[in-house]
Amino acid sequence: MGLTGLFLITFLIVHCGLNAMIFFNDSGETFNHWGHLMGTNLIIRTMEIGLFLFLILHIVQGLILWKQNSAARPSKYIVNKPQENSKWYSRSMGLLGTLILVFLVLHLYHFWTPSRFGGMGNIRPLEEATLGSYDNQEVHNLYKEMLFVFQNNLLVVIIYILGVISLFWHLMHGFQSAFQTFGLNHKKYTPLIKAVGVGYSVIICLLFALMPVAIYLNWLS
Amino acid sequence: MEHYNMNLTLKVWRQRNNQATGSLETYLVKDISSEMSFLEMFDVLNEQLIVAGDDPIAFDHDCREGICGQCSMHINGRAHGPWTKNTTCQLHMRAFQDGDTIVVEPWRSKAFPVIKDLVVDRSAFDRVIQAGGYISVNTGNAVDANSLPIDKKDADDAFMAAACIGCGACVAACVNSSAMLFVSAKVSQLALLPQGEPERESRVLNMVAQMDKESFGNCSNTYACEAECPKGISVANIARMNREYLKAGLSTES
Repeated sequence: MGLTGLFLITFLIVHCGLNAMIFFNDSGETFNHWGHLMGTNLIIRTMEIGLFLFLILHIVQGLILWKQNSAARPSKYIVNKPQENSKWYSRSMGLLGTLILVFLVLHLYHFWTPSRFGGMGNIRPLEEATLGSYDNQEVHNLYKEMLFVFQNNLLVVIIYILGVISLFWHLMHGFQSAFQTFGLNHKKYTPLIKAVGVGYSVIICLLFALMPVAIYLNWLS
Repeated sequence: MEHYNMNLTLKVWRQRNNQATGSLETYLVKDISSEMSFLEMFDVLNEQLIVAGDDPIAFDHDCREGICGQCSMHINGRAHGPWTKNTTCQLHMRAFQDGDTIVVEPWRSKAFPVIKDLVVDRSAFDRVIQAGGYISVNTGNAVDANSLPIDKKDADDAFMAAACIGCGACVAACVNSSAMLFVSAKVSQLALLPQGEPERESRVLNMVAQMDKESFGNCSNTYACEAECPKGISVANIARMNREYLKAGLSTES
């Protein structure tokens, strides 16, 4: 769980960093350039397969844990106050993960499917949706896709924000938890790991949430 | 602290035996002194029941001074009640007010089946210890303590891990019924000392294997165990056991 989690955490840094390029406010030039590089780089494409495998593994591990852990307490407490001894999100990782997965299906349908399979998602016509130009070279215009998905679509923006909120609480527990699983608990370093975990969760999720909001409110030209 | 008496409503889990379905039964107790311990309050209740010709409530207790780990009661939704770093026998009635309703349940875990009422079978812990929670030494005269120098920090950490009384509050409090805090304390107290060195690898592998066999849940690092542990055993022990397990798993041949 920790290993696959840390891999996904690393992926989120790259994903968030590249997507934040939209904030250069250059009609997505920089963003599309990097998107194109990522989409055509053999190493990145290989890692994409690994990413899906790790994501599936993370889900499978979660399901196994959920099954074993619910079997470990067949008769529940009539009165229980777990809020007195632990954080709600540390006990709700399965629920948060499920919410993220639901969001992820919609998210992949919005961006991954059209960019990989050229509009197979039928969001809008191929030539409009996935093709743009950069340096006289045809690239997927993912920026335009973002505008299309988020502009004038309050419901989608709200779903994305809810997805990011679920991700935030999932990371708030998951980041530090992964280190504990690997046996890294140290008087000096654990407070640091916990602080970095909180900082990571806040920054990544704020940036992600800002993207649909900025587009919806037309903050970007 | 000012002394006061109180009348209480108790809702206690009654279960005739392991197979029977249990339920919460309501009892009233009167004039309970704020200076009584929680178990003394139960003694008063049981005397009432005996006088009335009813079956007294079965509960585990032994030392009544917070060191034997027997008094396993889940009180008002918390293992060992509302006070932290505390056992049920050391919980005193001044933690409650006149007119309070107190719900008392047994530890609930598949690995700790209820024997009767509030008494659960914790022999799963014994089997984990039998799997490796010991050291093998030759008998004979005790060697001079100074012949085996041990770093003060290691000695302190080992001692703190050895403070575990095996009460099972960690399992009772854990959302997953995981026994990781108990097992890790028992692994740590020996892994930190030179006496534990010869069996270091087989110990952690065997104890973890036995733990899994006993159908405890998995650790998801909620740290509820540390918060509810009457002896304040740190989750740093769980991390140590994870390290030990990882190292042993990589280096052993089987």
